[in-house]
Amino acid sequence: MATVSATGEELTLGRKLLLLNWPLVLLLCLISAIGVGMLYSAGGGSWEPWAMRQVMRLGAALVLMLVVALIDIRFWLRYAYAIYFVTAALLVGVEVAGATGMGARRWIDLGVVRLQPSELMKIALILGLARYFHGISIEDVGRPSRLLAPVLMTLAPAFLVLRQPDLGTAVMLVIAGATIFFVVGVRLWKFAAVGALGLAAMPVVWSFLRPYQRQRILTFFDPETDPLGAGYHILQAKIALGSGGVFGKGYMQGSQAHLDFLPERQTDFIFTMLAEEFGLIGGLEVLALFLVLFAYGFGIALRIRNQFGRVVALGVTMTVSIYVSLNIAMVMGLVPVVGAPLPLISYGGTAMLSVMVGYGLLLSASIGKDTAIGKSAPFDDF
Amino acid sequence: MYRDNERYRLFTRRAALLAGAKLVVASVLAGRMYQIQVIESDRYKMLAEDNRINMRLIAPPRGRIVDRFSSPLAVNRESYRVLLIAEQTDDVNATLEKLDRLIGLGKSERRRVLREVGKRRSFVPVTVREGLDWRAVAKIEVNAPYLPGISIDVDFARDYPHSVKSAHVLGYVAAVSEPELGGDPLLELPGFRIGKEGVEKTRDLALRGKAGASQVEVNAMGRVIREVGRVEGVPGNEVRLTIDMAMQTLAQDRLAYHQSASAVLLGVETGEILAMASTPSYEPNQFVRGLDAETWRSVISDPMTPLVNRSLSGLYAPGSTFKLVVALAALNSGRWWPGRRTYCRGFMELGRAQFHCWNKHGHGWLDLLGAIEQSCDIYFYELAHKIGIDRIAEMAVELGLGAKLLSELPGEQEGLVPTPGWKLAATGEKWQGGETLITGIGQGFVLTTPLQLAVMAARIASGRAVRPRLVIEPAADGTPPDEPLFPALEIRETALRVVRRGMDAVANRERGTAYRYSIREPELELAGKTGTSQVRRISKRERGSGVLKNHQRPWRERDHALFVAYAPVERPRYAISVVVEHGGAGSSVATPIARDLLLEAQRRDPLGVDADNRLAWVETAPGQG
Repeated sequence: MATVSATGEELTLGRKLLLLNWPLVLLLCLISAIGVGMLYSAGGGSWEPWAMRQVMRLGAALVLMLVVALIDIRFWLRYAYAIYFVTAALLVGVEVAGATGMGARRWIDLGVVRLQPSELMKIALILGLARYFHGISIEDVGRPSRLLAPVLMTLAPAFLVLRQPDLGTAVMLVIAGATIFFVVGVRLWKFAAVGALGLAAMPVVWSFLRPYQRQRILTFFDPETDPLGAGYHILQAKIALGSGGVFGKGYMQGSQAHLDFLPERQTDFIFTMLAEEFGLIGGLEVLALFLVLFAYGFGIALRIRNQFGRVVALGVTMTVSIYVSLNIAMVMGLVPVVGAPLPLISYGGTAMLSVMVGYGLLLSASIGKDTAIGKSAPFDDF
Repeated sequence: MYRDNERYRLFTRRAALLAGAKLVVASVLAGRMYQIQVIESDRYKMLAEDNRINMRLIAPPRGRIVDRFSSPLAVNRESYRVLLIAEQTDDVNATLEKLDRLIGLGKSERRRVLREVGKRRSFVPVTVREGLDWRAVAKIEVNAPYLPGISIDVDFARDYPHSVKSAHVLGYVAAVSEPELGGDPLLELPGFRIGKEGVEKTRDLALRGKAGASQVEVNAMGRVIREVGRVEGVPGNEVRLTIDMAMQTLAQDRLAYHQSASAVLLGVETGEILAMASTPSYEPNQFVRGLDAETWRSVISDPMTPLVNRSLSGLYAPGSTFKLVVALAALNSGRWWPGRRTYCRGFMELGRAQFHCWNKHGHGWLDLLGAIEQSCDIYFYELAHKIGIDRIAEMAVELGLGAKLLSELPGEQEGLVPTPGWKLAATGEKWQGGETLITGIGQGFVLTTPLQLAVMAARIASGRAVRPRLVIEPAADGTPPDEPLFPALEIRETALRVVRRGMDAVANRERGTAYRYSIREPELELAGKTGTSQVRRISKRERGSGVLKNHQRPWRERDHALFVAYAPVERPRYAISVVVEHGGAGSSVATPIARDLLLEAQRRDPLGVDADNRLAWVETAPGQG
């Protein structure tokens, strides 16, 4: 069975550019620009050391996003498994020969770039799962035996990431996987069952956690016990937020951020600095921008007529949205400090790259939204 | 395609659920934001300010202490130290290398500095060396451009230029101890010092001044970013003492020939203390720098107790100097007259007890003047017996004994003027008649301090209730305060005149006990009274076998030598008391010291010259730099 587009013809590059969801691209640029502005402030009103490099990374990531977007969605379907397994292999590689940075093995040093496979895995997992659920019928989804493989596809990389140790990313992978399971129609009682199993497995997971991770979780439940230790970060973040008030202290006037009371102000706690300098209004604005971005994602996903594209689009949207929620909830003391950056805004190359590649895939799926793709043999056209 | 449609509808439903969940999460986040940034905002704003602003106290310079002619006794000496701030130099080793060539750092000193640099944050200054001399400072300053990271810091250290000679009056400052904390936040400043003894202690609040404060913005590491506000402190007040450092120095020098002695020189009319000497003394500058444990132990366990100011903490039986009190009490009571004579045969009996005169051969017939002149014990036994202990005690109190006189120095002892009531309360025993006799020659229970004895001499000389003073309070209008006039004593002038004549005879008549060591220069003669204070009881057996002479006894068992005096005889200006512990007979040891001091005091006459006129003299005086 051959796959054909709705119009029955292949899309030209120009047509693809026309079909590209430009408002979404603009929204991404806008949010990223806010991030650059905050990094300029974090550097003490200087392009060094963060803002300039973020701008360059952003440029490269935008180009990469467009390239990914303009490649046909069927290409990504075809190589979805390949991408997933190569990334999984890289994760194993990190385990074997990873360079140690910040007390955790996260990078593969390729000489030119330092590769962080756990970041790539977020995208690869979406691709892999989308590919899997694209290929099985709705009845198959109801059969537990057919769910074993995707569960393994999710848990194996999560386990590897946890060992690095990177609790935040591991949790994120599991949640992103679960979201995809949910959206393809896995029965709710199965989630309940797995949840119960997970609770039972907690002691096992606990034994894998490093002391500092355990401390962070314990501190979360009772932050006042250790105001100068692990609870210090949460308290200082709350002070920054609270002292910002409704209108904020003004751009580059955040005393908490600029006097170094705020930990990691350029990465995990950048939202705190934003809310300190621009107040409740600034914080809500950013939150609203993200909501618009997600609304676009949902809208696009619902209009896609092939399962693979739909799952990819929703998977990317949900992953990014969970990151945003997790990060903001974390800096406001609602969840433990797990080390999750704020997508598009926090300083960091690989994270920026993976988000942009994710949105490239989403845009690619959007362009090919009318492409009907059969469950099997999807590679005939290539 | 039915299946696919169903899959699509399921997807849409589930996606809608996710979107709904997403909205809920977003509302929770927005709500939390509202809670922190609006409801609890004030609390966090305060915490942010607490984070940001640090108060740094600025220690005010401590007030100087000067003598009556404004010659400095306690000053703040600039002390220089070299600091190294690691972040201001690229290469700490190279900087230390260059510094080594300038002021010669030892290997171990360099190792210590490097170790400290490693321990501290890079912006925290590390002290390389303290107490630099001027030459070293100049060398470093000249080479400053080649010494990145090196800076010179000026600190003020208390300095006592007269060292041991003023130690007991001034006391010293030292680091604040735990129990002294509280109240003034200055006390918590590292390196802050407060007065621990002497005037430094009693006038500490005035000398200390008020702390200034600097509000600085600091970052999370404690690095100062900028100064936000500043309140200047108030420097400590200068305290001017009545002491004349020249007389004080002379007194200390004269006492230095003895192991343990003290002297107090007063202005007769004003009560101003011109010299208050006590030996052995200590080096107060050592205490400022901080003593190591071993030195401290050796100082406090020294049997000679160098830290004790004997002038007002030392308690001595007044011995024969107390006869002046007894004579005044007798004459004032009207029950005795100067011409009344008594026969001294060397001893007398009261009940079954025998009482001895120091002259075992006896003085023969004596009137009151002769009894004072020769210090006959028998005459005063009779006198005391006649008038009773209560009149003696009353007169002793009138002359300033048995009570504290000076609030300006810590550690003053009250002494003791015994009465039957006191004895009953203290020991539960009745007063014995013999005890009145013993008190009559200044032995037994009666105890005095050298300061009290000097005040007694001044009171007899002036006839007024002189009180000692150590500090010259600045007058409100800037001119020196009027001389205080003390109220007249409640003693008949005729009685005082007789006793003064007796004191004149002691010093200036050939049989007087102080005649040999008295002042011979006309117009400058002194009048005084010797005393020998028995340290141990002489037993009957001993007296039978012959009492050992003082120089035959071990030092600790020798008698204390005392002398009280004033000068000149006519219109007296200066009063003095000298006590030499275990010095033997008063006349030969204590009298020469009093003579030298009174003679010099009259020649110099520190009381006679207006302080402002004296300033010119002070400028050119040696040893004032």
